[in-house]
Amino acid sequence: MAKSLAQEFAKGLWEEIPPFRLVLGLCPVLAVTKTVENGIGMGLATTFVLVCSNMLVSMLRKIIPSKVRIACFIIIIATFVTVVELLMQAFAYPLFLKLGIFIPLIVVNCIVLGRSEAFASKNGVVRSIADGLGMGIGFTISLGCLGAVRELFGNGTLTFWETPIQIFGPSFQPFAFMVEAPGAFVCLGLMLCLMNLAGSK
Amino acid sequence: MREMIRMVLVLTILSAFSGGLLAAIRDNTKEKIENQQLQFVKGPAINAIFEGASNNPIADRFKLTDGEIERSFFVGVFDGEARSVALESYGKGYGGDVGLMVGINLKDDTIIGVGVTTHAETPGMGAKAKSDPDFAAQFKGVSVKEPIKVTNDGGAIGAISGATITSRAVCSAATDVADVYKRLKPQLEEKLKAFNK
Repeated sequence: MAKSLAQEFAKGLWEEIPPFRLVLGLCPVLAVTKTVENGIGMGLATTFVLVCSNMLVSMLRKIIPSKVRIACFIIIIATFVTVVELLMQAFAYPLFLKLGIFIPLIVVNCIVLGRSEAFASKNGVVRSIADGLGMGIGFTISLGCLGAVRELFGNGTLTFWETPIQIFGPSFQPFAFMVEAPGAFVCLGLMLCLMNLAGSK
Repeated sequence: MREMIRMVLVLTILSAFSGGLLAAIRDNTKEKIENQQLQFVKGPAINAIFEGASNNPIADRFKLTDGEIERSFFVGVFDGEARSVALESYGKGYGGDVGLMVGINLKDDTIIGVGVTTHAETPGMGAKAKSDPDFAAQFKGVSVKEPIKVTNDGGAIGAISGATITSRAVCSAATDVADVYKRLKPQLEEKLKAFNK
């Protein structure tokens, strides 16, 4: 059952949206979604790595010997992650300061390796790029949503491009639990639950 | 056997290629990253130290070699006279290196201000070295002729409560700056003349 290119792309947005459906790559999901901006920045960095590594893995899939494929994937992924890290330092330094250690940790993000192993090593270049892009955008949206919910309730603001926008006005009492680590788990669980409800019909 | 050679070959080529790519990108972004760090990490500390200076201390900087290390100095011009420099050094903190920018007045060899630049200390404890202005204020006017120490070690700097290691790191960074300053003072005076207006 071959899927069309558009389906390959779109499955990452809902059907197999990474953190909720595949439940992969939770470390950055929980750690960096204190604000919308951080979430989206992390999502975009991951998207870049996903697309590039999917493309390269798919191009080299006939050359890479299957016994050392994981090592090869890791080299490819680590290279692109370092590229992202350097570019972010050069062009988006404030974001780099906030995401800090989580940028190098994209290397061990299960989504990236998972897509290389499960998809790109078995499919053509164009389809792999579509898959990477879909997964990446899905991941970005999820992180953005989670970040928005946590920041909205935990801080009463939404941050885009360094400028926090007050949503609830000055009398709002921040629900600080939401920006702490347990708040991330609870929030993720509730969103997962809502998604399952919506998809269970 | 052939398979083994192939595995080694593929991995080697892949690693070499990735190394080359990263080196190229690093070379091209190095200068840009340095500028960004100056602006976002060192910039706030430098501007706080040289508050009221008539020049732009981040733009007016020069490098001097101290032994084998090259160090960057930032110049503060007050009332048309370039009489103070700032230099960064590091001390061993609780969670890693603590970077400290220290501004020194060349006329009387005293510290005009300090500011923590980079650190990985515990929030609410050691991190106060950066966020608590009272801690940094203690360094103002301290002479650089003596080693700078916390009160527990017989010095004059009151440590942040619960964060003695961080406080010591800041003091050792300040002492380190003072040592460099004492070594390079004649050259610094020479360099500063160019900034007098």
